[in-house]
Amino acid sequence: MTTAPLSQSEAKSQPILSLRGISKNFGAVQALTDIELDVSPGEVVALVGDNGAGKSTLIKVLSGVHAPTSGTIHFENKQVDMQSPSDALDLGIATVFQDLALCENLDVVSNIFLGQERNPWHLDEVSMEVRSWELLNELAARIPSVREPIASLSGGQRQTVAIARSLLLNPKIIMLDEPTAALGVAQTAEVLNLVERVRDKGLGVIMISHNMEDVRAVADRVIVLRLGRNNGVFSPDSSNEELVGAITGATDNAVTRRASKRAAAMQIQG
Amino acid sequence: MHNETNMNSPAPQSGLLDRSDTRVKHANNLGDVIRAFFDRVKSGDLGSSPVIVGLIVIWSVFTFLNPLFVTPNNLVNLLFDCSTVGVISLGVVCVLMLGEIDLSVGSMSGVGSALIGVLWVNQGMPLPLANLAALSVGAVIGSVYALLRTQLGMPSFVSTLAGLLALLGLQLYMLGSTGSINLPYGSSMVDFGQLLMMPAWFSHAIALLPGAAILLMGLRTRAHRSAANLSAGSVSGLVLKAVATTIAFEAAIFYLNIGRGVPWMFGLFALLVVGMNYVFTRTKWGRSVKAVGGNAEAARRAGINVTYTYLTSFALCSLLASLGGILSSARLASASQQAGTGDVNLNAIAAAVIGGTSLFGGRGSAWSALLGIIVIQSISNGLTLLNMSSSLRYMITGCVLAIAVIVDSLARQSRVSHGRA
Ligand SMILES: Nc1ncnc2c1ncn2[C@@H]1O[C@H](COP(=O)(O)OP(=O)(O)OP(=O)(O)O)[C@@H](O)[C@H]1O
Ligand SMILES: [Mg+2]
Repeated sequence: MTTAPLSQSEAKSQPILSLRGISKNFGAVQALTDIELDVSPGEVVALVGDNGAGKSTLIKVLSGVHAPTSGTIHFENKQVDMQSPSDALDLGIATVFQDLALCENLDVVSNIFLGQERNPWHLDEVSMEVRSWELLNELAARIPSVREPIASLSGGQRQTVAIARSLLLNPKIIMLDEPTAALGVAQTAEVLNLVERVRDKGLGVIMISHNMEDVRAVADRVIVLRLGRNNGVFSPDSSNEELVGAITGATDNAVTRRASKRAAAMQIQG
Repeated sequence: MHNETNMNSPAPQSGLLDRSDTRVKHANNLGDVIRAFFDRVKSGDLGSSPVIVGLIVIWSVFTFLNPLFVTPNNLVNLLFDCSTVGVISLGVVCVLMLGEIDLSVGSMSGVGSALIGVLWVNQGMPLPLANLAALSVGAVIGSVYALLRTQLGMPSFVSTLAGLLALLGLQLYMLGSTGSINLPYGSSMVDFGQLLMMPAWFSHAIALLPGAAILLMGLRTRAHRSAANLSAGSVSGLVLKAVATTIAFEAAIFYLNIGRGVPWMFGLFALLVVGMNYVFTRTKWGRSVKAVGGNAEAARRAGINVTYTYLTSFALCSLLASLGGILSSARLASASQQAGTGDVNLNAIAAAVIGGTSLFGGRGSAWSALLGIIVIQSISNGLTLLNMSSSLRYMITGCVLAIAVIVDSLARQSRVSHGRA
């Protein structure tokens, strides 16, 4: 890669991906309403929100799985109209889906190279297997064999395979939908390291996570979605109350109530 | 082509790239290989083992009941009969891999044979052209099913059921009032379907190929894998496999050559099976078919053109069905209203399933068409030798199909519980 890591200020001026007024309806359900989002090269954007807030739907719109009902997407300063996931892949948008989107009947190598097989008329299994091991080792994966069907892997192992797959194509932007939900301590750390490495190379990263610790560790900006709408942009240093408030939409919410109950209990004890 | 995303990757573990996990038992010697095979079977990854066991049982029973069954010439006849429906069954494998079905392959083969009769015999079209026309019609009809499935979401079960009737009507319409067109005896077509045998030396030479292929390709893969720092299987295992295969094939060919020999038509079928096996296992298209059959949405998100995969698979299925019809018209020296009716349809589908291609999609192989059709034709041939009526034949074939589907479902359950679904 020749592009040198961009400095933050330079990066901010030229978003690689920008969304304007993106809405998505599923019949009567308005899953997304007027979403605005910019991602610059070398920037990690964390997307947070409650269950059903529309995070995965937004990712799917950006990966060409769903067509937006309205709104525009600009990628590298050009308006793009993604008709299918292969359009997004061609542009350089790689995605790790929440449901991983793996074929359980195929082995690990086939899944990593699915749709991108080397040598279409005489598959080059050896070089694909070598590359798979490289990608997996980079993620500190613990996978017994890459020639077993995915169905025989644990949830975390599958997640690692899905992440490895997204790295295959030299993407310009990587979207990770809860990439560490099922991962062990070491693997989570590797994924966070990976996010940083990818960012340092000047790629854009969108990461969805419910784990505020992970978000704080790597994000440059935290974007909150609530009920399918933008609900504020925060710096990763903002306080937990601020973030939780934006996510749940109230300063008085289940999380704060729990916290105050605990505090009260401590006081009684102490 | 190297990916730049991988920077400062952790130093690779010492030793082989794919042997870093110490929890995995790796088969190093012959005993381990055999044990690994039984473990796989136990966990529901049956492959073609049940059908081979079934075949041995069936052949033993029929030989016991009527020793004529294993005479060389009866087996040669068996091979002739296998070739026509077997080609159709090969097409069925293509759609079953997708998790779809084509119920109209029998009628399609009837249309294929009627087209040969009408175009070649009645209209005087040159034979190659008539063949090409019949195959193209097949491809077009298969594409229609695929479009109905992908554009309108019509289940292939329904569209091909409609096609079954419509194509039967087309066949009857084309054959007109006479109902049957005879193909001229002595023509290359009929000779191919009834008489043409490989010269003995040629069939023996061909029988050397599988063993040689196993050995040479195995050695090449081995060399590539060790060059890439991956584990490679043992040479002795490879040699053993090659020698065993060669002995088995040479013995079979020797036995058939005591009779009339190996039919060219069976040669064509075997060639198609080998070709399709290559396509399913070693090409990107074959991989896409399996992926779509396993998880169509995941395949789509990986950038696979699902519509194209459906289109080509269904077209190939109907094309092969049409070819099967052409071959059966050559075998019977006529294109009749009966062609492709009766049990042809279900035999072709049953053969694929009996041979080990899953009805649930994403799992199967071209070999299943060959193995399955040999089972089905053995039953039908054996029962005919015993002078059993077709009523009994149908009932028994039905039971065998039921058993095959039960085995498939049980294996699937077992795979799920062993985490290999
Ligand atoms: N294919 C679909 N058809 C209909 N409704 C959908 C579809 N996909 C998502 N939705 C709806 O859109 C809303 C947002 O869903 P989405 O999956 O984006 O949530 P999320 O933010 O990813 O939640 P989680 O944190 O639980 O993953 C939900 O109300 C969901 O029911
Ligand atoms: Mg989600």
